Amino acid sequence: MSGILQVQGLKKHFDATEVLNGIDFTLDKGEVLSIIGSSGSGKTTLLRCLNFLETPDEGRIIVNGETLFDAADPATQRDADIRQKRLRFGLVFQNFNLFPQYTALQNVTLASELLAKGKPEYQANKAKIHNEIKQNALALLEQVGLSDKADNHPHQLSGGQQQRVAIARALALKPDILCFDEPTSALDPEISGEVLRAIRKLAERRMTMVIVTHEMGFAREVSSRVMFMDGGRIAEEGRPEAVFGAPKSERLRAFLKAVIQ
Amino acid sequence: MDLLTVTSRLLEGFSITCKIFALTLVFALPLGLVIAFCSMSKVRLVKWLSRTFVWIIRGTPLMLQVIVVFYGPGLLWDMQAFGRLDAVLIAFIINYAAYFSEIYRGGIESIPKGQYEAGQVLGMTKAQIFFRVILLQVVKRILPPMSNEVITLVKDTSLARIIAVKELIMMAQEYIATYALIWPLFYSGAFYLLFCGALTLLFGYLEKRLDYFRV
Repeated sequence: MSGILQVQGLKKHFDATEVLNGIDFTLDKGEVLSIIGSSGSGKTTLLRCLNFLETPDEGRIIVNGETLFDAADPATQRDADIRQKRLRFGLVFQNFNLFPQYTALQNVTLASELLAKGKPEYQANKAKIHNEIKQNALALLEQVGLSDKADNHPHQLSGGQQQRVAIARALALKPDILCFDEPTSALDPEISGEVLRAIRKLAERRMTMVIVTHEMGFAREVSSRVMFMDGGRIAEEGRPEAVFGAPKSERLRAFLKAVIQ
Repeated sequence: MDLLTVTSRLLEGFSITCKIFALTLVFALPLGLVIAFCSMSKVRLVKWLSRTFVWIIRGTPLMLQVIVVFYGPGLLWDMQAFGRLDAVLIAFIINYAAYFSEIYRGGIESIPKGQYEAGQVLGMTKAQIFFRVILLQVVKRILPPMSNEVITLVKDTSLARIIAVKELIMMAQEYIATYALIWPLFYSGAFYLLFCGALTLLFGYLEKRLDYFRV
């Protein structure tokens, strides 16, 4: 038993298109895995499968030795359980998807509060629990550099600030693995930096992360491993120096040449 | 015929108008949400039935629907099923629920999928996502069309006179028949105008209250 995350033989098709064509990989605790590849290569679908937003047709997802999903075993696919299993993963979206009617702070606390309300000890310790959740959220906002924006609503924040709130929101539930789906693709280049800095800080804290990105410089610098996807398969993977410095396949060379110019 | 007498008679009619208005809203607003969910159902049959129902209700005059509810049971089964006011209420509630359902559906479908997904990955239940995340955004989006519909309802209540429910217009019309006076009818217009004015202010206030966020 090794690795915090094991993905085995993951396959997914939409209609006639095979989007994931057998994905296998293992992730160790504290690793930062960047997934690169052209659009349509299956990167985002893989991330969505990990977060139970898509149901794979085949394969297994194992976290900390526990089989969270097995396409062959319906017992692992019950709705009520999936909600719990999701909490092992956090997901930061390309378009932030903050809840517009809530402040930055409320965006971070909402899910924790709803979760706490479902627990038996809630009634007795209401005030204490709410306070803990709030303090945790404030600490997270500080960590992403947004202490002064806690009471602002999303529309009052820049894209970069919204994305940092989204990161804090994803961290609030203490996921084992945090996933990013092109976290800076909706941002102006000069704003991307602040989001990338926040992610880099998480990497320094040994947060286990899976990052789908088009920022090759960032992927090279922050990742412990890079995976190049092509046609629903892992075409090449390895240390960032190797993948970027000495690509083995013609496909990857062509891809890198096209994106880095 | 002095102004005071006419006013008090018209107020009697106006109270029926208000009753139709209020009860229609109380029942049609939630019923519309149920129909909206049926119209968006993944079960084909439910969706098809719901949309056909909405088509029929929106595709025929409300006046006709009032008549059908009132006289229909008598013609079909030889029984008087509903009182006059009840028949009006039933027809109005069904009719307005159908219109509301389409406004709701438009509002709900306009909320980006990402809002649901963000809730899902945070481990929220479907109900939590709907009530804590989606609903208020929908409310904000549908306020303008709802205010339109609600203001239309105020004036549609005058259709109740087709089965002799003594609402505002019918009261005013009696002055024509009995005293050959037409001004009470024109005067009744002021009641509608004031009522709709108040509703306009109310909806303006609600929109302002939801101004603190953007969708």
